[in-house]
Order: sequence, then C-alpha cells, then structure tokens
Amino acid sequence: MKRLMTGMAMVLGALVYAAHGAGPAAAETFIAVASTTSTQNSGLYDYILPRFTTKTGITVRVIAVGTGQAVRLARNGDADVLFVHHKASEEKFVADGFGIRRFDVMVNDFVLLGPESDPAVVGGEEDIAEALSKIAGAKAAFASRGDDSGTHKKELSLWKASGADPKAASGSWYRETGAGMGATLNTASAMNAYVLTDRATWLKFSNKGALKILVEGDKRLFNHYGIILVNPKRHPHVKVKEAQAFIDWVLGAEGQAAIGAYRIEGRQAFFPNAGR
Amino acid sequence: MTDFSDAFGAAMGLVLGFDADLAEIVGLSLRVSFLAVAIATAVGLPVGAAIALYRFPGRAALLVAMNALMGLPPVVVGLIVYLTLSHAGPLGVFELLFTPAAMIIAQVLLVTPIIAALTRQVIEDLWVEYEEQLRSLGAGPGRAVPALLWDGRYSLLTAVLAGFGRASAEVGAVMIVGGNIDHVTRVMTTAIALEVSKGDLALALGLGIVLMALSLSVNGAAFALKEAAESRLG
Amino acid sequence: MILPLTFQDVSFELGGIRLIKDLNCTLEAGPRTMILGANGAGKSLFLRLCHGLIRPTTGRVLWQGAKGRDPADAQAMVFQRPVMLRRSVAANVEYALKLRGMAAAERRAAVEDALGHTGLRRLADNPARVLSTGEQQKLALARAWALQPEVLFLDEPTANLDPAATHAVEQIINAIDAAGARIVMTTHDLGQARRLGDEVMFLNRGRLLEKALAERFFSEPENDLAQAFLKGELLWWQRGRGNLKRKPPKQRRQ
Repeated sequence: MKRLMTGMAMVLGALVYAAHGAGPAAAETFIAVASTTSTQNSGLYDYILPRFTTKTGITVRVIAVGTGQAVRLARNGDADVLFVHHKASEEKFVADGFGIRRFDVMVNDFVLLGPESDPAVVGGEEDIAEALSKIAGAKAAFASRGDDSGTHKKELSLWKASGADPKAASGSWYRETGAGMGATLNTASAMNAYVLTDRATWLKFSNKGALKILVEGDKRLFNHYGIILVNPKRHPHVKVKEAQAFIDWVLGAEGQAAIGAYRIEGRQAFFPNAGR
Repeated sequence: MTDFSDAFGAAMGLVLGFDADLAEIVGLSLRVSFLAVAIATAVGLPVGAAIALYRFPGRAALLVAMNALMGLPPVVVGLIVYLTLSHAGPLGVFELLFTPAAMIIAQVLLVTPIIAALTRQVIEDLWVEYEEQLRSLGAGPGRAVPALLWDGRYSLLTAVLAGFGRASAEVGAVMIVGGNIDHVTRVMTTAIALEVSKGDLALALGLGIVLMALSLSVNGAAFALKEAAESRLG
Repeated sequence: MILPLTFQDVSFELGGIRLIKDLNCTLEAGPRTMILGANGAGKSLFLRLCHGLIRPTTGRVLWQGAKGRDPADAQAMVFQRPVMLRRSVAANVEYALKLRGMAAAERRAAVEDALGHTGLRRLADNPARVLSTGEQQKLALARAWALQPEVLFLDEPTANLDPAATHAVEQIINAIDAAGARIVMTTHDLGQARRLGDEVMFLNRGRLLEKALAERFFSEPENDLAQAFLKGELLWWQRGRGNLKRKPPKQRRQ
C-alpha cells in the first residue's frame, strides 16, 4: 500500500507540473482587462486589440463577464484594467480607492427592441420613458437582464424615469432572466418580448427572430464607456507599465481612430469621445 | 428544424475545414480534461480503496458525503476556486486565475469524488468476494489494494470514463475560473456558451456535435482497449 | 515446526449465539484429519479458527513455537469455492509467492513446479476465470502447494466437483501430504473421509463430540450421534441428545 501511495504521489506531482505548463508560453507579456460580454460580443475587441498588440507586443486578455462581476474582479485585483460602461459603478470604484482615475473612451447607444406586432404601440416613439410607460400599461412581455449589469442598471433608471414599477410585475409580463445580453436576447426573441439592448450587440446578434428596433435616439439611451487603471497601491502585482500603455493607446489618436473605424453591418457602432 | 440542419452543416464545415481556432480549442479542452481526470484518478483510486477497506469512526458519514459530492454543482466549484485563487483570496500570489491550471484544479475537484465514490463501491464488492482467500495468503486490506485495483480494472475504467464525461461536459466551473479568454482559456463548452450568447445557435450546436463526437471517440478507444486486454488477460 | 496446534476451551460467539462451544483438542504433526458433521455443526468455523481467519471469543488457539517460521506463513487454505484473481493461471500462483516475498527467479521455478504437479502447465497463460470449477480448484491447490505450507486446510474442496474432478483433487491432496504438509479437511463425503483420513473429528452443534483414528471411528464410533450420522440419519431432531449424559468433551484415548 505504501509503495502504491508513493508511486501515485509521484505521478500526481508530475501531472501537476505538466498541468502548470499547459497553456500559452509563459514568456508572453500580457495584461488582463475586465470588461463586459456585450462589448466582447460586439466584436470591437477582435478589431482593435490586434492593432495594439502589433504596435507594443503586449497581449490583451479580455475577461468578458457582466458589469457587476467585472467591477468585482477589478476590486479583487484579478485584472489590471477595468473597461466597462456604467459611470456610477466606475466612479465608486475610483472613490473607494481601487482605481486611479476614470477616463471617457467611447459612447454607443441602447435601443428598444420589440416584436413586429408591437402590442404596446411604441414603434417610432422618441421618448423612451413614454415608451416604457406604455409597455407597463399594456402589460406587454418585457425581457430584462436582471443581472446588475450596466445594461440592467440603465434599464432600471429608465423605468424610474417612466414612473412605472416593473419589479412588482416580475414573473408575469416583466421577465428577469438574470443572464447576459445574448441569453436575454434569445429569450426575448423566443417570447416575442420587448427588450433593451445596446445597438452593437443587436447588430451582431444572429438570432433576431421577429424582433426589430422600435425606439432609438433618445439622449437618455446613450451608453458611456470608461477605462480605469487598477490602483497598484491596493494591488501591487498590477502590471502598471503595460496597463498604462494600453490605456494611453486607447485614449490616444490611434486607439480612438480604430474604435471609430469599427463597423458592424456597415454601420458605426462606437463613437470615440476621449478627452471631450 | 433549420437550426439542426444548419448545425450539422456548421459542424462539418468546421471539422473538414480544419479550422485552426477549433483545433486550438479542442486541443485545450482535451489537455485540461485529460490532466484533470488523471490527477483525480491518482487521488480518487487510493482514497476510494482505503474507505472501502478500513473501518473508522465517521466512515458512514464520509461515505454519504463522498457520494453526495458526485453531484457538486460545477458553477459552485468554480466560484469557490475563484475565491481561493483570486488576488483577494489566500492563493492569489500564485497567479493561477484565468489560466488552464485553474481550470484543471476546478475539474479535479469535480471529478475526484466521482472516481473515489465509484472506486469505493467496486473495491468493497471485490473485498467481499476475495477477503478470506487474500487474508489466507497473507494479504490484509493494505497489501491487497493493488491486487484489488487491478482486478477491478474494467469497472474502474468505467468510473474514470464517467469522470472524463463530467469534466469534458461542464461549463460552469471553467467559465468562472478560466474567463473564456480567447486563445488562452477557451474550451469547447465555453465556446459553445459564447456562441449561444451571440445568438449564433447553429454554430453553437455544431460545436456541440463536435464535442459529442470527441467524447464518443474517447469512449470508443477505451472500449477497444478493454476488449483487447480482456481477450489477452481475462 | 509450527505444529502441534492446540485449542484450549475455545468458544466462538456471533450475534449472541455460541457457535463453537468449549472446544479442546490438539492437532499433532502427521495424520490427515477429516472433520465431519452435519451442516451448521461448526466445521467451517473450526477450520477458520485454526487458520486464524477468525478469533475465538474465549479460550486460546496456540501454535507450537515462534522458532523458525511465523505460523501464518506456514499455513495455506483452500476454500469450497475457488477464488481466483482476474489474471492468468500462472500469475495467480505467482501472486501468492510474491506476497511471501519470494525473489522473481525463484518464483518462476516454483510456479512451473506447482503447475506441473497439478497438471495445469498447458493452461499456464490462460485467464484463470475461464477455467472450469474443477480446474480452478486444482489451481487453488497448486497455489497452496507452491507456498510449501506445513499445514494445509481444506474446506469441502470437492463439494462442487464431479467425480472425475473430485478424484483428481484427491490425488493432489495425497501428493501434497506426501510432500510433507499436514492435511486438515472438512467434508460431507463419508467415502472421501474414509479414503483420505487418518483421524476423524466429529462436530455437532459447535461441540467436538468425538476424535478418533479413522479406522476405529468408522467401525465403532463411541458417540451415539456420531453413530446416527454414519448411518446416514438426519440429526436435526437430536437436539442435545446423546450429549447430556456424557461428560464435557475431553480428549478421548487416541
């Protein structure tokens, strides 16, 4: 039994050693950026990041999760840079001392999708709060992310502006999926429900079903992105030099141009606004 | 219905086109799951055998717990491993988060109870049959373990394959501790989840078909190996 | 030399029931002992107490001496149902020798020898589990023989075998005896007991009722239950009878 245990312990050791090596070369320089699934799914990173890597040799590893989780990751020091789109959370992050400073990067916008049948008759409405109020009144099916993400928080603030309280109806016409944008869109598509989404994700989405854009353009539907360096005083292991290089590039002429040049289905999805 | 035919088309396209990204993802999936299962086997076999053969206070409770752990929710394991490996956690200094090593650790935690629990049952049943004769020959429980493990090898192989199935199929744990980072920690299951979230259901299903084909191949190979060994050794 | 084996006031209890009661006896080196009795008499339990597979609840089971071999190393047992590992015939014998710490080269020779004596050499590389019961039992004997035990215990070794296999097994037992091992065997087969036995121990309901040389036992058993047993009568209704008037079982004149 003893020999067996020794043998197995040796095998175990060898395997653990091998496991550690499984993955990209350790010599690669990289930074971890905590961002959101909607940004990832829009394809923006696939477009702009290779340009940065070619220029600097630094690989950017994007961990795409919900906004709440991204902020949590950055707070824990598991990422070097926070790049999300919820100003209140970002400002709190800096105020709490976890980030150095918040910088504006780009803007995109949200749109209200709905079924072609449009039971609440909101198509073409210019006032988003008015549209939501009509939906609540008609008790029309509405799919919410319900996951504390940037999109979700934006949605809640718009409901507040409309005066309606959808939470009371959670489970009936107001459906909280507790999931990412893609999953929620899938659900909305299957249920023929109204749903709030960012334009970029929608343009890229392949399972549109019978949904179409019904309300857009309201100033309150703008979505502001901010980038923050995680504070090395809180987390000494943060790769400050490389992370700062990334932030500088994103905010600089090259990065901003790349963001503005990205097209989905021929349309510009993100509008750079650093320094403005 | 179109989704299904689209899915088959997508699957065929990926495989026959030797899509490089797919090959990378498949390679990583196999590496992670194989290593996890190997480590889980190295731990689970002796632990399961020991629990089968020895009596000690609390054994019944341990047995029930081990069986229950077979149903550990992957996402919970992922969360626990994340909290442990995070820089805000105890083992953050090792910088294992968002690497394949973290994924392997999480899968080891998921798979080991399966292998240990099944090993325990196999060895316990064998000991009932063999105990008197083995004790007569001078092998008490401790010395008998290697012989019992070898004798139960076909049943134990099934246990290992069950473990592999669990590892290669789960998404909850590897998503949280790996982060589904392109070219770094993206495996078959997280890739499928990603395509679903992008609404590309046909591609997601296609990847799912590829994953199932992979699993079939592994099990087919194991079966062939067993048949060959059985005809030779019995 | 680990014999003689002595039982001193041995009782064995399980679940509150005494299955072996106040057993006293001595097994000397030499004679082949047959243990007879009805089902449930305690024959198998007695054998296991001898071999050390179970411990007496009261009393002592004593081997002769610690000089030379550890008593456990000098014994072997063959069970009613042969237990074979999932490997080849030769490997099963070799496993037993490996457990005893025999060196590899020595082992191979010993395995060859044992298989040759039991007529299994041509089956050496076959999986042990596909052998017939008779061949498996011969393999069990080969395995025991390879250990060169001083005492060989056998628990109804031919109960599941046909006459041809039974005969083959009996031949092997004789050969092992000739090679120097002391045979202690339980059996239901009175003919077999007569064929193989030098002395007989008769057990009933956990008690040793009679121990005598085989010749005398089969011609004039002293104990009336033994007499009934030999006549082929069922003993189930004789609960305690024939026993109460007798003195507690002691060594009778050998």
